[in-house]
Amino acid sequence: MIRDITLGQYYQADSVIHRLDPRVKLVATIGFIISLFVVDSWVGYVVAALFLIAMIKLSKVPFRYMVKGMRAIVFILLITVVFNLFLTPGEPLVSVWKLTITKEGLRIAVLMAVRLSFLIVGSSLMTLTTTPNSLTDGMEKLMKPLKYLKVPVHEIAMMMSIALRFIPILLEETDKIMKAQIARGADFESGNLIKKAKAMVPLLVPLFISAFRRANDLAMAMEARCYRGGEHRTKMKPLCYRAADRIAYGVLFLYFAGCVTIGVLL
Amino acid sequence: MGIIKTDKLTFEYIRRDEEGNVEGITRAVDGVDLDVKQGDFIAILGHNGSGKSTLAKHINAILYPTEGTVWVDGMDTQEESHLWDIRQEAGMVFQNPDNQIIGQVVEEDVGFGPENMGVPTKEIWERVEESLKAVGMYEFRKHSPNKLSGGQKQRVSIAGVIAMHPKCIILDEPTAMLDPNGRKEVIRAVRALNDVEGITVVLITHYMEEIIHADQVFVMDKGHIAMEGTPREIFSRVDELKELRLDVPQVTLLAHELRGKGVNLPEGILTIEEFVEALNGCLSF
Repeated sequence: MIRDITLGQYYQADSVIHRLDPRVKLVATIGFIISLFVVDSWVGYVVAALFLIAMIKLSKVPFRYMVKGMRAIVFILLITVVFNLFLTPGEPLVSVWKLTITKEGLRIAVLMAVRLSFLIVGSSLMTLTTTPNSLTDGMEKLMKPLKYLKVPVHEIAMMMSIALRFIPILLEETDKIMKAQIARGADFESGNLIKKAKAMVPLLVPLFISAFRRANDLAMAMEARCYRGGEHRTKMKPLCYRAADRIAYGVLFLYFAGCVTIGVLL
Repeated sequence: MGIIKTDKLTFEYIRRDEEGNVEGITRAVDGVDLDVKQGDFIAILGHNGSGKSTLAKHINAILYPTEGTVWVDGMDTQEESHLWDIRQEAGMVFQNPDNQIIGQVVEEDVGFGPENMGVPTKEIWERVEESLKAVGMYEFRKHSPNKLSGGQKQRVSIAGVIAMHPKCIILDEPTAMLDPNGRKEVIRAVRALNDVEGITVVLITHYMEEIIHADQVFVMDKGHIAMEGTPREIFSRVDELKELRLDVPQVTLLAHELRGKGVNLPEGILTIEEFVEALNGCLSF
């Protein structure tokens, strides 16, 4: 049951977006998010929407996959909308009991909702078209300058990729321990929240112990294979920009420049 | 001097209580002398706690001797400047296949060792291809390791070691967590490495069937080397092996029992074919 969970929501397809260098996609996502906060007018959002729709079309990922990511933030979205709607001072539009909807409030609420949904769709487009592995690779390469600030960039990337590799193994193990405890009469299903939380203890303790043991084994195996940090290391699959990546950067620059102009002018 | 040599190797685990006082000392390895020739297939046998894994970890410079010395290809493992050369020359395969695969794709895992050594990208790909072919896992190079069987995972681990071009490879109970089929796969791959590539193999195990093809066998008990010799010599000493809580293969045991009952069979029979032949020889009288 637990084993069926797939992590990372990568959608396998062969598209221009999929083949782009992960660094381009990371920069583009960050650029897109910033652009959403730069523009503050309807024209700007239309431009952002057109850009997003064009990217989704290019990626060949079905639209419903994008919407899936939205489900998680529906609650946050609702709260933002409600608060903005009722608590913004300004010209009253409708008044029910003590609550007043203002013109300004309506405007901000709608803009906020659009901004948040674009943000989620934009970033899920990145995770849908990039494997977790190349994502960590891209991050490592992009954050390399931070090394001069003594940020352990290589180590962080290595930890992320090891975590990704061990998630299915630990899930399988959780499943196994759970079954073993159920076989001995443990009850994970009934009771209130506190009771359920308490029932997790006999599951978590063996899981933690086993995770530490695995970590110890893995560290030894890595050392035995000459692992000594990021120094002197070569890459089996080095990242290098191709023509398509340069064009993508160009498109991104045009889009961003457009957004800034709209933001300044309107 | 052979590829691996130890001189009076002793290692002590020190147990401490919460304040850091020494609570007790366990001698895991006690005065072991080994000398392994280049190209040999060596098996080290012993039941749990006999010190065989501790001994193996010394050859890869993961542990350092409390007393005595270990040389790998003439290099003292205690000298820090040799550490990475030793780890490259003496590759190590561990027991649990899940806990030693680092990559999320088979080919990436095999490339991990060469990457660490700073091998140029093009050569990494050549090495990955050649080592995956050597263990017969080339067609799985794009697979996720999580989807492989235990025997296949262990073969990937072996490929990961071969890609570093070691002179010898130490396998620490590589088959302990596998089913009989996986065990056969792994042992076949290891033997091929020894025969074809001429890599020195040190196989640590407690399965008797796996040591039949070894050039030399060491039996460990309580940190000492209790017996030493060819598989045939070792298996002809059934009673001693039993005292060390080790099982002998069924055929060998049967031959031994028959001999005790007065049947004229030679000691140290290793395979069923041999047994049949010997028995035919007896009956024709």
